[in-house]
Amino acid sequence: MNTEQRRRERLDRGIKIRTDGLYALMSWRELSYLTVPRLVLIVGMLALPVMVPGMYWQKVVTIVCIYALLAISFDFLAHYVGLVSLGGAFFIGAGGYIAAILNATYGLPPLLTIPIATVVGAIICTVLLLPCLPLRGVYFAIVTLMYPLMLARVIEALDILGGTDGIMGVDSFANRWVEQYAVIGMVLVALFAVRRLVNLDIGLVFRAVMDNDQAVRASGMNISYYKAIAVFIGSALGCLSGACLVHIYMWCGISLFALDFSILPIAATVIGGGGTLVGPVLGCLILVPISELLREFGTLRIVFYALILMGFIVFRSEGLMVYGERKYHQLQRWVNV
Amino acid sequence: MDILIYGTINSVALALMALGFALVYGISRVPNFAHGAIYVLSGFLTWTFLRSLGLHYALSIFLTMVIIGLFGALLYQFVLIRVRGMAISEIIASYAMGLAILEGLRWGGFKGMSYTLPVFIEGSFSIGGIPVDYQRVLVVGVGAAIVTSLWLFTHYTRLGLALRGMAQDERAALMLGIDSDIMAVVAMAIGAMLAGVAGVLLLPLGNIVVEAGYNVLILAIAVCIVGGLGSWMGAVLAAFIIGFAQILTVVYLGSHFQMVVALLAIILTLILKPSGLFGMQKQLEERV
Repeated sequence: MNTEQRRRERLDRGIKIRTDGLYALMSWRELSYLTVPRLVLIVGMLALPVMVPGMYWQKVVTIVCIYALLAISFDFLAHYVGLVSLGGAFFIGAGGYIAAILNATYGLPPLLTIPIATVVGAIICTVLLLPCLPLRGVYFAIVTLMYPLMLARVIEALDILGGTDGIMGVDSFANRWVEQYAVIGMVLVALFAVRRLVNLDIGLVFRAVMDNDQAVRASGMNISYYKAIAVFIGSALGCLSGACLVHIYMWCGISLFALDFSILPIAATVIGGGGTLVGPVLGCLILVPISELLREFGTLRIVFYALILMGFIVFRSEGLMVYGERKYHQLQRWVNV
Repeated sequence: MDILIYGTINSVALALMALGFALVYGISRVPNFAHGAIYVLSGFLTWTFLRSLGLHYALSIFLTMVIIGLFGALLYQFVLIRVRGMAISEIIASYAMGLAILEGLRWGGFKGMSYTLPVFIEGSFSIGGIPVDYQRVLVVGVGAAIVTSLWLFTHYTRLGLALRGMAQDERAALMLGIDSDIMAVVAMAIGAMLAGVAGVLLLPLGNIVVEAGYNVLILAIAVCIVGGLGSWMGAVLAAFIIGFAQILTVVYLGSHFQMVVALLAIILTLILKPSGLFGMQKQLEERV
């Protein structure tokens, strides 16, 4: 009997171990090892509007970026602070309505409405979510799930803020290139800014809140305060994407509270790999074009996301990006045992 | 007088919607976000058996209950059991399942006014001058019967006692030879069947619409939070509080605000007493 078997051995690349420290600047090889993946992302994102064929797909790229901002916000809240937000639509709606009102009623230009909507929307979202912040467990998920459904119904029932017709006549961006590069720039800035943030001291506190809140409390820090800051950052990203969205659609209505905005970022995060921040962007780049191709199937698309989401979370919970990162840092070889 | 009568009916209806959620959460600590979808699914299954296959009404309800119970058990056994204890994954997986069911039904053409179930008994009678139809009386009767039988089941049968043991302390229950996975599957099956019972009883009062799934989920969660997550008696009491509050808002403010009551109830509970009315023992654990 042949007892010799082959086994796959995994080794961390030596370069990875060195580049984790400060010595990455020692050689071109190590520099490129670190920077090439980041450059691929940046150059790829910037080149995307030029590479895709036609106006229609350029619009799709813009929508990808809107969803990517939301997905970064979801990933940050879920995997770095431990708050699962089931209501991305809430953030989109808050930012979108504020931008639309400022623009259509008071005539402010998009250059002003977007920052104002981001900050004011984030403050409103944070205040509305404050009651569930001192608690652990499912409360945050439940309350964020309820707000968009509830707000859509209140707007419909009371016929305020344009009612079911929505707010018409919102200004668009100067031209489509400005529009695209504005949102792509925002995604890239948000991505790297959040990555910086989670590695700062405050990011460590956020992760500690997620892992062991009693320990954070024992260190004399106020958990609700840190969670409120995190929710402010997360909802600011969401409101930013909502404000851009109304200027892209030139219209704002209760479809901003639609389920798509809640479920697609979650699906993108799970597929792309939670906790990596780049993963959600990758997930959006995969899911949004697919969903555009499936547009004729209507609500079946949501079924499709939901099933993918469930499959990934149950059977492959690490996601593409975590897998890819591991492969990039490891050598594999067959050894005889 | 009509506030009293319709408040009671509304409260029992809410209690029926919430019991399944409370039971599953109480026993396995899994928040079942597919609860509303199961409620609507049971209505559509009964409709299909009754109208498309032409079966007898009682038989189609029985078949629906069996299928819904099995569905709940399978959902737990093959999906939720793998993510148990991971809060983020539990919520996302069950919510995704619920969405898939609801939006699948919407895509399958189940929308509009044409999908109604017949009431069990036609006709109505009046209490103190207010007409009440028999279906609503039946809702109250069945609701009371379910609460009583659940109480008897969990206090006097071996299976029920095992479930309660799991709910109180899972490790101690494991030490006494109670298989926690099997118990959780059983709890999920019972919870799904309770949602099914609520669907079959309450849906004849109106149309079967997909949106009801989201509303029922929200109402059930609101009731459970006010009552204290995982506490069954708390859920029943909270159903009465929210039920009467809803009827009072409808009478004095208008029906638009009915759903806002649920949200306000959740927010107020979280501010004033986050563990709910009957969630004492978990207070330390959940309040950070």
